[in-house]
Amino acid sequence: MSETTRADACVVACAEAFRGDGEIVASPIGTIPVLGARLAACTFEPDLVYTDGDALTLGAPIPLGDDRAPTVVEGWLPFGHMFDVVWSGRRHVMMGATQIDQFGNQNIACIGPWAHPKAQLLGVRGAPGNTVNDPTSYWVPNHSSRVFVSAVDCVSGVGYDRAAAAGPSASRFHEIRRVVSNLGSFDFETDDHRMRVRTLHPGVTVEMVQEATGFPLVVPEPVATTRAPTAEELALLGDVLDPAGQREREVPG
Amino acid sequence: MTTDKRLTEEDVVAELADGMTIGIGGWGSRRKPMSIVRAILRSGLQDLTIVSYGGPDIGMLCATRQARKIVYGFVSLDTIPLEPHFRAARQAGTVEAMELDEGMLQWGLRAAAMRVSFLPCRAGLGSAILEINPTMKTVTSPYGGEELVAMPALPLDVALLHANRADWRGNAQYLGADWYFDDVFAMAATRTFVSCERVVEPGALVEEGPPETVKVGRLWTDGVVEAPLGAHFTHCLPDYPRDEAVQREYAASASDPDAWAAFRARWVDVPEADYRRQAEAALT
Repeated sequence: MSETTRADACVVACAEAFRGDGEIVASPIGTIPVLGARLAACTFEPDLVYTDGDALTLGAPIPLGDDRAPTVVEGWLPFGHMFDVVWSGRRHVMMGATQIDQFGNQNIACIGPWAHPKAQLLGVRGAPGNTVNDPTSYWVPNHSSRVFVSAVDCVSGVGYDRAAAAGPSASRFHEIRRVVSNLGSFDFETDDHRMRVRTLHPGVTVEMVQEATGFPLVVPEPVATTRAPTAEELALLGDVLDPAGQREREVPG
Repeated sequence: MTTDKRLTEEDVVAELADGMTIGIGGWGSRRKPMSIVRAILRSGLQDLTIVSYGGPDIGMLCATRQARKIVYGFVSLDTIPLEPHFRAARQAGTVEAMELDEGMLQWGLRAAAMRVSFLPCRAGLGSAILEINPTMKTVTSPYGGEELVAMPALPLDVALLHANRADWRGNAQYLGADWYFDDVFAMAATRTFVSCERVVEPGALVEEGPPETVKVGRLWTDGVVEAPLGAHFTHCLPDYPRDEAVQREYAASASDPDAWAAFRARWVDVPEADYRRQAEAALT
């Protein structure tokens, strides 16, 4: 078997999050989620729609970090229309998370109480609307108990317990599909929608990931390992999608 | 006789008053009407409420404390994700905030444009939105009982936009890939002032781009300012990219009052003609 890195495993786990999505807009945020979505679009989810990060949809993947690469523009998706897409449910966003809890509540707004933040971050951005309208996933490049916390400071993206408490309108289209970190991938496919280990990346143990998580994870028996990239996927990553190896900068080692 | 809407930045500021609610078009650090924002910074205007998909417009008006309240879904400089002046103001508690989901912000502007007091939406349910905006309420649908957020209208006294081109009657043209919500800001506002890279004769906009690029028609505009490089240091594609070096200088100026004073002296408290010369030199 050829050499694969932790970053490769992360890309594959992100790609897997988009499996089954069909013809919707994939909105990955971050280097490895972008590679994951484009890898899925190049292989098992060929009908995914994806953008250049701005208002243009692409008909073929462009290499990361190469501004001179030819761009195949397929269509147009300005922000005004993107909100139509979000509210119609035809989008799967993979956002970052400064904090996330065991039910998938996510915070990107601030640290400390919102009224007097210790650290102001981005604001809630699109997270409240994304999570009650579309499947949503999260990417955490540095898995630690500072990110995976028992309670988030400001609920930007809605988790399962909060969606249920807010009633049927909030739960109707709510789905937290996946959380991918540098240690593994996680889902909420448990009876009470608590976060569960879905796969661990090669070389990661249950003890390591639990140690780095601020709440008890649901751990199935046995624990699956994140699948290795196929030869085709490795070739796509190395030759087409990320020839400069930017993924290794986001997740070294 | 047809109305010639040409004004200067100072003329626009003379139309503003303390306590007004001002919407600013563009998005993050993209196509912001910075020459008008600078004129506001140089004016004594106070107690402003600023509604924006925020970038350096909100950051600067926080730095000078002219913004009493800010209404936003995010504040970011794009390539510098966290806006340092906005962060400083929020962390010091020197500005009141209404934080919204990005979609809810345009929805509130649309409600204002439609002259209704709210529009229903799903966004906001379950998140912190209803806790950090305690006056915001939900509404029960008369058609089946669905409970939704009643996003309150966000009426604006004034909207400030920056377009690529405009004619002197007030038709504004957008030649980049996205005009963001500039049209919605204009419709939500009692009065709208548009700065642009170049003012052309009525009828000449179609020589610049097809008619569908005239996204904000003169029905909605009250003044036009010719402001070459008027969005600098934010980008105004396809006319010019973001000036990342000046943006970095701006971001670094949040570190202490002296740094901000130095940035201000160089990039704010200067006549527009001098600013343009500096910006041109910085961009080339």
